[in-house]
Order: sequence, then C-alpha cells, then structure tokens
Amino acid sequence: MLSYLIRRLFWTIPTLFGVTLMVFAMVHLAPGDPAVAMLGEKANPQSVKELREQMGLDKPLTTQYFIYISNILKGDFGRSANSYEPVLNEFLDRFPATVELASTAMILAIIFGVIAGIISAVKRYSVFDYASMFGALAGVSMPVFWLGLILIYYFSVKLGVLPVSGRLGYEFDIEHITGFYLIDSLLVKDYEAFWDALKHLILPAIALGTIPMAIIARMTRSSMIEVMKEEYIKTARAKGCSNFRVIVVHALRNALMPVVTIIGLMFGSLFAGSILTETTFSWPGIGKWLVNAVYQRDFPIIQSATLIIATIFIAINLIVDLLYAVINPKVRLS
Amino acid sequence: MRKLLIITLLFLTTIMYAQPKYGGVLVFGRSGDSVSLDPAHATDGESFYGSKQVYDTLVQFKLGTTEIEPGLAESWEISDDGLTYIFHLRKNVFFQPTKFYKKKVQFTADDVVFSLKRQMDKNHPFNKIGGSYKYWGAMNMSNIVKDIEKVDNFTVKITLQKREAPFLANMAMDFASILSKEYAFDLLKQGKAEQLSRFPYGTGPFVFQKWIKDDKIIYKANPEYWGGKPYIKKLILKVIPNSSVRAAELKVGSIHVMDFPNPEEVATLKADPNIKIITQEGLNVAYLALNMEKVKAFKDVRVRRAINHAINKEAIVKAIYAGFGRPAYAPIPPTMWSYNPDIVKYKYNPAKAKELLKEAGYENLEFDLWAMPVVRPYMPNARKVAEAMQADLAKIGVKTKIVSYDWGTYLDKGRKLEHDAMILGWTGDNGDPDNFLSVLLSAHAAKIPVSNRAAWKNEEFTKLVDQAKVETDIAKRTELYKKAQEIFAKEVPWVTIANSVVVEAVRKNVMGFKLDPMGKRRFDKVWFDK
Repeated sequence: MLSYLIRRLFWTIPTLFGVTLMVFAMVHLAPGDPAVAMLGEKANPQSVKELREQMGLDKPLTTQYFIYISNILKGDFGRSANSYEPVLNEFLDRFPATVELASTAMILAIIFGVIAGIISAVKRYSVFDYASMFGALAGVSMPVFWLGLILIYYFSVKLGVLPVSGRLGYEFDIEHITGFYLIDSLLVKDYEAFWDALKHLILPAIALGTIPMAIIARMTRSSMIEVMKEEYIKTARAKGCSNFRVIVVHALRNALMPVVTIIGLMFGSLFAGSILTETTFSWPGIGKWLVNAVYQRDFPIIQSATLIIATIFIAINLIVDLLYAVINPKVRLS
Repeated sequence: MRKLLIITLLFLTTIMYAQPKYGGVLVFGRSGDSVSLDPAHATDGESFYGSKQVYDTLVQFKLGTTEIEPGLAESWEISDDGLTYIFHLRKNVFFQPTKFYKKKVQFTADDVVFSLKRQMDKNHPFNKIGGSYKYWGAMNMSNIVKDIEKVDNFTVKITLQKREAPFLANMAMDFASILSKEYAFDLLKQGKAEQLSRFPYGTGPFVFQKWIKDDKIIYKANPEYWGGKPYIKKLILKVIPNSSVRAAELKVGSIHVMDFPNPEEVATLKADPNIKIITQEGLNVAYLALNMEKVKAFKDVRVRRAINHAINKEAIVKAIYAGFGRPAYAPIPPTMWSYNPDIVKYKYNPAKAKELLKEAGYENLEFDLWAMPVVRPYMPNARKVAEAMQADLAKIGVKTKIVSYDWGTYLDKGRKLEHDAMILGWTGDNGDPDNFLSVLLSAHAAKIPVSNRAAWKNEEFTKLVDQAKVETDIAKRTELYKKAQEIFAKEVPWVTIANSVVVEAVRKNVMGFKLDPMGKRRFDKVWFDK
C-alpha cells in the first residue's frame, strides 16, 4: 500500500512538469502582444515597454520559462500582471468560495443521485424509475447558466424566498477564518449569518449539482441492476437477509465502484461548470477569476493557477484511487 | 386666503419632500471587480469606481460635466509662460482613520509631491512598487512634467517642460489621486508597501472598510468630507457579472443602482414602477480609420468622401447600438467643449458616393475591413457594424473582406499600419479635446507605432491642434479646435460612426444620482427618499 502511494506520488512529478510546459507554450505561442492587449487603445511605446519589462516579456522565451520554473520551485507563483498581487494570494482569496460551492453541489449530487439510482434500480420500470431517469436526462442536457437564471427567476424574483446571487447578505460581516462561510459563521456562533450563507448556497449548488446528480443517478441505476443479477445476491437472500440489508450492504457496496470513479473524474468538470455557475450567481470563486485572466492575457495567473488546479485534480484522483481500496478489498491485493 | 394657505402648505411640503435625508445603505451593482485600488496603477473603469470613493485629486471634474473645479487644491495660478503651476491646497483636510491604519493624518503638500513623484522619479522608493504606472505613461506625463516641489505645507509648485494646456485636466484624472505619504512610508517600514493598492487610506467622501475580491467593496461615509458629509451611511460596490442577474437584483431591491443594463433589458426595467432609467452621452467616439499609407485610393479625398456617403450610420446606430448611441459626425463627442455642430455632415447618399468614386476613377475598389474582436464602451459589436458597412459599400460597387484578430494582435498590427481600414474608437481621459484630436489625428501621431490609424498627415490641422495645446485661454482654444474639426470634416480621414450613450437603471427612491461623461460613479450627493 505504502509503496503504491509512493509510486503514484512519484509519477505526479513528470505530469506536473508537463502541465507547466504545455501551459507556458500555449500562452506564449498565442499571437499578439499581451502588454498591448492589456493597455488597449491607450498603449503608447513607453507604457508598452514598461509593462513588457514588468511582465518579463523582454527576455528570451527559454529564460522566461527557466525563471518561471525556478520561482515555482522556490514557492513563488509570480504576480498577476494586472493587479500585481501574488498569484497565490489571489488564488487563496477565491478558492474557499469555489470549494464550498463545489463540495455542496457534489454532496447534493451524491445523496440525491445515489438514492434515485437505487430506487430506480430496485423498482425498475416503475413510475418513479421513468420519472427520475427522465429527470436525469433533462438534468444532463440543461445548460447551467440557463438553469441558473430560471432558478433565480422563480425562487428569488417571483417567490422571493431565496436571495438572487452572492455569498452573503451585506448586513452580515463574518471574519475570514477558514474562508468557508458555513464553517466560519458557526465558529463565531453567528447563526443568522450561517442561515443566510446557506440560503445563498442553495440555488447555485442546485445549478452546479444537477449534471453530476443526473450522471450519478444513471450510473448507480445501471450498476445496481448489474450487481442485483449476481449469484452472491441470491446467496444473501437465501441466507434470509432482509431486503434492505441485501440492497445496502451486499449490492450497493459493489455497485458503487464505477460510481466512485465517476465522482472523482467529475470534480474536474465541476470546476469547469463552476465558471458558468459563479458568473450567473455572482459567486466570488476562481472560475470567473481564471476566465478574466485569460481574457486579459494575465500570463502569471493563467500559468500558475492552472498548475495549482492540476495539482489539486491529481490529488483528488489519488484519493479516489485509495478509496477503491477501502470499498473493494480486491484492489488491495493487486 | 384659504387658497393661498393651501398653496403655501403645498409649496412647503414640496420643499420638505425634496430635502435630502441622511442615512441608508446604498448597493451599487456592477459588472466586474476592481483590479487595484491604487488608481496610479490601474487602467480600467472598475478600478477607478473603487478608488474614486476614497481618493481626491487636486482639481476635479464638476459632476456631470468636463469642466474643471477645485478639488484638494482650493485655487491655482498659471505663470504667463504656461510652464509653472502653483496649487494652493485646502487646509484642515484629513486622511480618515480606518481599521488597518488608525492615525488621522493631515493632508499637506508632502502628499501631493509623494503621489505624483513616485510615478515619475525612477529612484523613488515607490517607483517599483505595485507594477508600472500605466496612465502616467499613457498620458506621456514624463515628457510634460519637469518637477514637482513643495513650496510650503499648503503650496505645491509643478513646472512643465513645455506649454501644455491639457495638463490641468490631467490633474483631475484618477491616476493623479492624492495618497498619504505618511501611510505609504509606514507600510514601507513594515515591509508591506504593496498593501497600498489593496488598503486605500484617503481624504475622499467615503472611508474604505473591506474588500472581498470579486464580491464587494464596503465603505462608510466620511463625516468630515471637505465637500460635505455624504447622505448615505454606507456604500457597497457589489460585483454581479451577469447583466440579467443584476437586473433581477435591482427588481427585488437588493441593489439600488445597476451599472450597464443590456439594451434588451431596458424596456422591462422601464416598465417596473420602482425603477427609473438615467442616460448620459459618453465621452467617446467609434470610427473607421482609412489607412492612407497602405491603400492608394484612400489618398484621394473623393474616395474618402464617397465611403462616408455610402455608409448608413443612422441605420447602424439604430440596429446595433439599439438606442445606446448617436450617429457621430465630428471626431470629438458633442458633450465635449469646443464641439463644432456646424461642420459638413455626410448624409447617407449611395448615388452621390457612386458618382464620387467614378470621378476619382476607383469604381472597382477593394479593401480589407478590420473589425475588433471585443466589446468596448463605444462599440457593442464591431463584427455586426463591419457587416453592415460591407453591405452598404457593396451597393456602390466596393468589395470588402472582413478581417479580425485577437485584441492584442489587432491593436499591434493597427499600430504598425498593417490594416487597410480598421474600426476602432477612443474614450476621453481628461475631457480635453487635445486628448482626441492630437492623440488620434495629428501628424505627430502618424509615425509608427501610430495612434493616428488613418496615417493622415494634414499640416494645417496639426498646426491648429499644436497651437491649441499651448494656449491657456479657453475661448481661443475653442476657436482653434472648431477650425480643426472643419478641416477634419472636409478631409474625412475617418468615417465617424457613433458616440455611445451610457444607461443606468436606478431604484425610484434613489435621489441625486448623476451619471457623468467621464465615466465616473460618485455617490456623495446621493440620498434615499423612502
């Protein structure tokens, strides 16, 4: 187990190195002068020259890459070309918001997706099965921003029960301890703020969680149907286990394997989905920030943030692989 | 007698009704976050929205106009040779204490010298902090200012290298905002100098409290503001990127002022009994520059006039600007002083255009029509404008191909005069006509890398603009600029397309909110009528 972990960790090094090289090449091979793009119509020779120097663009490409890599090894992720703030600070300012949203969406997706999948599998071809699978199909096909606007229209404008957008009402001011508002508000025992933060979280989490929920539901259903045909299920029933025990202990545990794989991979697409969700719900996370950086040709942000996200993605996949071993002892043996 | 009493009573209630009230939290919903709160480092409007609330300038634009009025300088004198400016500063103005800097420091000449010199002097301890001083460079200030000196605690002397009439207007621009020297050096001592752009400490109408990136900036009113205590208690600039969501927030009343509604939303917002629409002509112009260096035909004024007659800008503005613009005829917008309404206007007339082309012998003219890839304040959709132009030009037998690049490349190639004809525009910086006419159309600006994208080198025009630049008498300058616009209209190096109109949606109970042509958002005179 330990050697497996070490081997996996070792392999992340060339992967991350490849990521830096690819992103660096991509941003630098794109046509046009980023300094000119940033200064816009107001660019004049002097201001362009100064900005190019500040961004280090006056040096040869290989030197730029070398400086970039050696800085990263020293833990320096560079500074935004626009705001001149360290990229890492800018990232950490926004990352908790994205994690809070993405994990809430994921929890919603897992709970409702798995439950819907199990019931659909057990009560195959029932009204519930048809309804939930139709819902899942609709969920996968709906554009996130559209769903978001519809949710806002009904729940916020028409019914007025939930806030339109943002993370917290302006009347609340909670201290940033962890950056997760749900946790921070509980830590300072401000329950009103907690309730407000939760209310702000509901609509974007539904919007972001719909696609993963739909995928999980369909995956759980088909996987459960497969497993329910297995001999050991018959054995369990023959042993006299209750229906509930057969489904939850014997079938579900085995049926979850492919679902866990999908969940791990979906964290990546959740980041992509968060860009649209964050924009629609004015959620101050990293999705919107990164897109802006691409528009503004803010090289240091694009390069370093991609690297950080790649690292997180690799880490999540590693955790998922380790989870297999917990769920299925067969993996441990191989 | 009773009638009189009723009238008096009514009159009195109207007065009472119109009387501004103190209190309330105003939330302003805007499309993006500030990049930096040090205006000397920023170039984007969103950053200036954020810093303007906290900082003052020596002189400022009178709200809603491009006129200059006293700011932190109570008065000023300009020497006869136009090279020395003496500013007399306001006494009893204090930088306001905040959570992160509890001192209350008096504003003096040292702060002025610090704020400007850091941008100019390469050896200044703050010259390398916070990135490059983009606007100082863009406004060419290093070639204008010679020195900035403190005469006494409340007098500052600025000497120029050459006569430059627009200099005073430059001092009203955001990059010339006055920061506290003491605060900056205290930060430097603590090794936190870079926090200057994140934790602003100023003399302005509002006191900065908190900035949550991409979410909101919170301010409270400055009770000692020299321009009068703001009516609202608290100001929040909230980032809401999606325009439909901003409109929804305004409808439910969680924001009070909404920046940049989409044209298609304005009608529904107007229909809401709780919302009113405010408009203001923007200080900008969109144009199609005809590159005379590259296309031989453009050297012939008849061809340029033909193209001007061929393009139906009224239709373009109606269809593509959707009421958020007006057709432009002069190179400067109508809101700017010295605008000349009497110049020749080229009305849509394809028959005349055809005739002119025939006369010039360019009946089979072909050229590339460049359209930028981005939305700008003066241009909602360059691609669509180019398509409309292409159709109009085809009617007079001129074939065009629409070309586009990414924004950086587009500007870069344009600066090198690689285009045939390109769509571009300009937003005024300092409300001075020089900022348009000299920068975009003088012969000096036609050397590569150009900002005169038509490569138009008209001696007479350039002479007039140069003369106006060194003249400090506004009446005389106005005359010179009016003449320059006449020459422009006769020679038409551009097809002027449109001046945009800025629209803002506001809750009905928000009073005293004014848009201004300089694109600033000020809230110190705003109050709630509940």
